[in-house]
Formats: sequence, C-alpha cells, structure tokens
Amino acid sequence: MKPNPTTRRSFLTLAGLAPLAVWGLAACGTSGPGGSTGGAGSASMWSLTGAPGETIRKTSIDGFNKANPDNQVKLTFFQNDAFKTKIKTAIGAGEAPTMIYGWGGGGLKAYAQAEQVLDLTDWLAENPKVKDRLFPSAFGAATVDDKIYAMPNETVAPIIFFYNKELFDKAGAQPPKTWDELLALAKTFNDLGIAPISLAGQSRWTSMMWLEFMFDRLGGPEVFNDVFAAKENAWSAPAAIEALTKVQELVAANGFIKGFSSITADSNADQALLYTGKAAMMLHGAWTYGSMKNDGDGFVQDGKLGWFDFPAFEGGKGDLTNTVGNPGQYMSISAKASAEDQATAKKYFAEGMLDDAEVTAWIASGAVPIVTGIEDQLAATDDKDFLTYVYNTAKNAANFQQSWDQALSPTAAEALLNNIDQLFTKSITAEQFAKNMNATLGQ
Amino acid sequence: MTVAERGGVATARNRRKGSPSDKRLDSRQGRQQGSSTTTGPLNWLVVPALVIFLVFAVLPLAGVLLLSFTNWDGIGSITFAGVANWLRAFGDPTMYHALWLTFLIMALTWIIQTPISLLLGTFTAGTQKYRALLAVLYFLPLLLSSAAIAIAYKALLDPNFGLAAGLHMPFLAQDWLGQPQLALGVVIFVVSWQFIPFHTLIYQGGVRQIPKSLYEAASIDGAGRVQQFFFITVPQLKYTIITSSTLMVVGAVTYFDMIFVITGGGPGNATRNLALDMYLTGFKANQMGQASVTAVILVVLGLSIALWLQRLGGKDKNGSQLEGM
Repeated sequence: MKPNPTTRRSFLTLAGLAPLAVWGLAACGTSGPGGSTGGAGSASMWSLTGAPGETIRKTSIDGFNKANPDNQVKLTFFQNDAFKTKIKTAIGAGEAPTMIYGWGGGGLKAYAQAEQVLDLTDWLAENPKVKDRLFPSAFGAATVDDKIYAMPNETVAPIIFFYNKELFDKAGAQPPKTWDELLALAKTFNDLGIAPISLAGQSRWTSMMWLEFMFDRLGGPEVFNDVFAAKENAWSAPAAIEALTKVQELVAANGFIKGFSSITADSNADQALLYTGKAAMMLHGAWTYGSMKNDGDGFVQDGKLGWFDFPAFEGGKGDLTNTVGNPGQYMSISAKASAEDQATAKKYFAEGMLDDAEVTAWIASGAVPIVTGIEDQLAATDDKDFLTYVYNTAKNAANFQQSWDQALSPTAAEALLNNIDQLFTKSITAEQFAKNMNATLGQ
Repeated sequence: MTVAERGGVATARNRRKGSPSDKRLDSRQGRQQGSSTTTGPLNWLVVPALVIFLVFAVLPLAGVLLLSFTNWDGIGSITFAGVANWLRAFGDPTMYHALWLTFLIMALTWIIQTPISLLLGTFTAGTQKYRALLAVLYFLPLLLSSAAIAIAYKALLDPNFGLAAGLHMPFLAQDWLGQPQLALGVVIFVVSWQFIPFHTLIYQGGVRQIPKSLYEAASIDGAGRVQQFFFITVPQLKYTIITSSTLMVVGAVTYFDMIFVITGGGPGNATRNLALDMYLTGFKANQMGQASVTAVILVVLGLSIALWLQRLGGKDKNGSQLEGM
C-alpha cells in the first residue's frame, strides 16, 4: 500500500508469450541506468511516476544537484508496477541504481540477506540529526536483524476508520468504541437499507487491513511479531483464531456491503460508496482522504467525512494507540555502488531528502511527511483536522504495524492475500486459514 | 481463374526455393524442380532467422528447464534443488486445479467462439452494404487492448456503480467477481467477446475463397441455404476451422493478461489458470524455480495441442481442396 490511490492499478507491461515470460524477463530486462557509471560522486536513483511524488522528488533532486555541483544525482522515473519488476531484476543482475526505492519489510529483508543493500546503522548513529527528526516508528520496517538498511522518507499513511457523518446523524448513531457496538451498528444500518461498511474485497489487501487491526487489538503486536519471526503455528495463536472468527461473524452479520468481493479499490469504487451515502463506514488508508476530497463533490469540504479510532475488543490486549498501515517509504543504498556514489547518496539522505521545501510540498499535497515538529505547519492548512489526526496517530502510536503484505516475504504475502480472499468469502474457516498460513511460515 | 490461382501458388513455391524466374504453371513440377536445385549462398539467408529463433526461443526454453531444477527468488543466488520443485508441483492441488481450469477455459471458449465466429464470418462474407457496415461494428473489439478491455469490464461489472446502476437493471448487480462460477463465466465471456471478431475475420476470408460455382451447382440441385451452409461452406472451411481452432486452443493455454487484470485469479483460486499461476508464483511470490516448472508444463501442453490439431488436418494438408475444379 502506498499513499497514492492509483498505484494498485494493474497495467501490464508484459504480455508476450507466456511460457517464455519467466525466463525472458529475468534474462533480458536488465537495461537501464547502471549502478556505478558516470563520474566520481554521481549517484542514480529510480523513483515512481504519479502525482504528487514525482514532482516533489524531481524538485528535491534538482535543488540538491544545483547546491552540490560535485555530487550529481541522476533521477529516472518508473510506473509503480513496472518498477517493482524492474528493480528486482536489476538487483538480481547487479545493475541496481545507487539509491533503491522500496517499502521496507519483507522486500528489504530479501535485499539485505542477499547483501545487496548497505547497512546504515553506524552512519545513522554518527549522524543523530538525520535520524532524530524522523518518526521513530518509521524505522521499524527499515530494520532487519537489528540493523537499519534503509532511510525512511516521504509520508506516513496509517489506516483510518472513516465514516459518513450525515448517515450517522440519520441513524442517530455514534462512532463505535467497541466491537460489539460496531456489530450493533451493522444491524442499525442494514435496517435502514444502508450498507454498514464499504469494502473493496476484490483487491484483497483492503480486507487484510481489517485483520491487521483486529490481531493487534485482540492480542497486541506480539501475535503478528510471532508470525514475522516464523514461530511455529504462529497463525493459530488464540488471539489470531479469535480475530479470524470474529471477522467472519461480521461478514455473516452483513457488516460489509453486499457483493464486496466484486468491488475493486483500483477504481476507488469503495470510496465512492462512502461519499455517495451508500455505505456508512470504511476502513482505508489515509491517502484516500485526498481522493475523496477531489471526487466527493464537496463531501469532505462540507464536513461530512468523519473518522475514529479502530474499536476495542472486550478483554483485548492491544494498546488502543496502536495503528497499522505504511509507516513510510524507504530508500536504500546499493552495496554494489562505488564508494563515491554511496557517499553522494548519503549526502542526499542527510541534506536533500525531506528538507524544508520538500516537507512543505508534501503537506501542501495533503499528506503528512514522516518528520516530527511540523504541528504548526499542519495546523495552517485547510485539512488541519485530518492531517493533525494522522500526525498524532503516527506520532503517538505505541506500535505502528507495517502492512502485512509488505512486512512478509513476497511468497508468504501472496499466500496471505489468497487465503484472506477465501476467508472473507467464507470458503475456508478460521482454522483452515491458520493451517494454510502456518505452512508458509519461514518462507 | 483456377489456372491462374495454381500459377500463383507455384510461383510462390518456386520463389521460396530460389528460382524466381521459373513460372511454370503446374505446381507439382514446381515442387520437384525446387527440391533439386538448392544453391549455396541462399542457405545463408536463413541464418538471421535461425539466430533469432535460437537466442529468443530455444535458449530461454533451455534456461526455463534448467531453472525448474533450482531455487531462486529472483534476487539472491540460484541454488540447485533437484526434482523438489517438480515433486511439489505434482503434489499440489492448486496445480491440478490450474490445469483443469486451463482445459475448461479452453473447451468453453472454443465451444462458444467457433459457432458464433463461423456464422458471423459467413454472414459478413456477403457483399451487401449493410453487412459491410455491421462487419465494421463487429470488429471494434479488435481495436482494444486486453488490459483496456479488462479494466472496462471490471468497471461495468461493479455491483454499485456499473452497468446495473447505469441501465437501471438490478438483475445485473450480481456478485460477478466474487462467486467462483460467475467469475469464471465472466472470464470466458470477456475472452470470447474479445476474440470472436478476430476469428470472424478469418472465417470471412475463408468463405470468400469458396468458388461461387459450387453454390450455383448446389442450388441447381435444389439445396437450400441451410444445406448449402452445412454441405458446402463448412466442409470447404475445413482448414480455416483448423487454423482458427489452433489459434483459439493454443491461445487459451496462455490467456493471462486479461484474467490477471479482471480477477487476479480470484476469488480464491477460481480463475487462476496455468499461465496466471506461473506469473503469480514467479513474479509475486518470487519463486522462480517453481514458476519455471509451470512454464515447462505450459510449453509442453501448448506444443502437443498444436501438433495434435495439425494432425487433424491430415498429412496432405497442403493439398488443394479445389482439385478437379
């Protein structure tokens, strides 16, 4: 998940002859800017296309290049899905750019284990000013075996429980504080002919966000940490089974809109359900605020959009300040790059990345950069209520759980999404889910 | 007409064999003569094609076969895995399901596409103006890319904002992509919708090649339109049907892009066919070795089916259907 509503679009860059695709792409897709070409002190960076990140990154690099004539950064942009395939291939072929953009977690772990990215722990310890201005929670997903392999950057995007205030007024309802209240609201809204919760189930990672919160609220961060550490039978922990069972109860109570498995997040149809008044609540990334403001025909501007913390469970162990989502985006340095290029990259991390101008640009785009001490700047915007809520959520979170599909290895993440799909359509039970997922532990 | 046609065929054959000046009209003679006079330098002309074929088809194929015996996540080092990937593939119910789905999609799309394309092709082969106009409309899906078609259908099938809401027809608001059977139906429908125009075009060309005299003779003998269709059009289209079926069936083995965009293999594994399984295993789950096993199975499957269909045409498939005309 990324703070850009269009990024999950599945445009294909490859069609071709399927039998040859596996080898063909692995073998041939290695062209592109090499890691250590060019003069001393130059570095290359691959970044993603799409507003607002593309412009912000370009402005930032241009500024850095102008201020440092001896340290030039060459910037190339790729479309999101194309980038994901290309970066993997480039790293595998030893032709990665100096600075490797990513999402931390399982993907970064694979790079670190293959010794493809630089350990930044010591450098950050020597430069506390670089590290201390960022949210501490952002470093979790950059850390593998207690070593920091990536520099957090860009913005924080926790998952937010949104609701339609107009529909809540109509039903005389209050935002739910507990799971039981949420179940009761499901009945209230169904009786009024309004779908209680909008969900783009076809996209699967949307359903995953529910489980991320429920695991944490019921059993605390340890439940998923055990999964992450590949402890035996971690998915069948009592809190895990309870969360899996309870989400199926919500499905059975028609908590989610009818036909949710056919709704896709790519088209923002799930957001449209909320702002057109067809559904009362939606659990979604903070980045949807911007698109609902754009597309919602005054829904956000007229104050009809509300948000609340994920409800608590009776006897749940998780801290209520805990949140889930994207703690940030990440930039690593290629271990294969020359020392001069690596130095240039570090210099950019220290001086160019998230400088004042970039922070201002991110805030203007309606996002919260991962920098502390920006309360005043946020309070001066049109969206101060929401941005301050996001900022405080990220800043105060006792635990900021990274999205599971990013945290786990790609192999386990793919199996996870597949099983979540079947869990929500009730094709498998909680126990079967746990059994299937236990088999993927350590993969 | 027929003499000129044969002359054309003979000329083409002679050119391929390297004697463009020979314009003899009898095709058999042309064939004999060609095989005996292959001259040296012209053999070199085959080299670029051969090199491209070797580098981009044979070598990658060998590479995939090798990879299928390894473990590789696409980033780290490649380690030898023996037959572990193959054993896992043959013990994996997902694999058999994907294989079954591939055959199911193959059969169903063939059964739906062939009669419709055959009829449409015969219809649009007529020279009337309104038929030409309709033909242009039928061919519109040909102009769209698979990804665009998939995205469009995904939007149309949205239960809340799609066709059902647009046309005020509530029965269209099904859980199209959420129910396994419906999702498979959607895939088969969209594949057919996309490719029927192409096969219609093939049949249109085929029907236009059938000599008018056959129909004239048949109508003198008292055959009606339906009889003419079944006893002249269909038999005369034998090779066209084989060509079109080969394209459909072999194409069905590799359907991937459209399914990937429209369902992503879901719900669960309900539309995860072999080609998609290969992609998801290789590029989403980063198991290149396991995906290579699927790739090898796909190649073997595709080639054997293509070969089998070619056999159906009989050994003398290059012979004319118009002998004696």
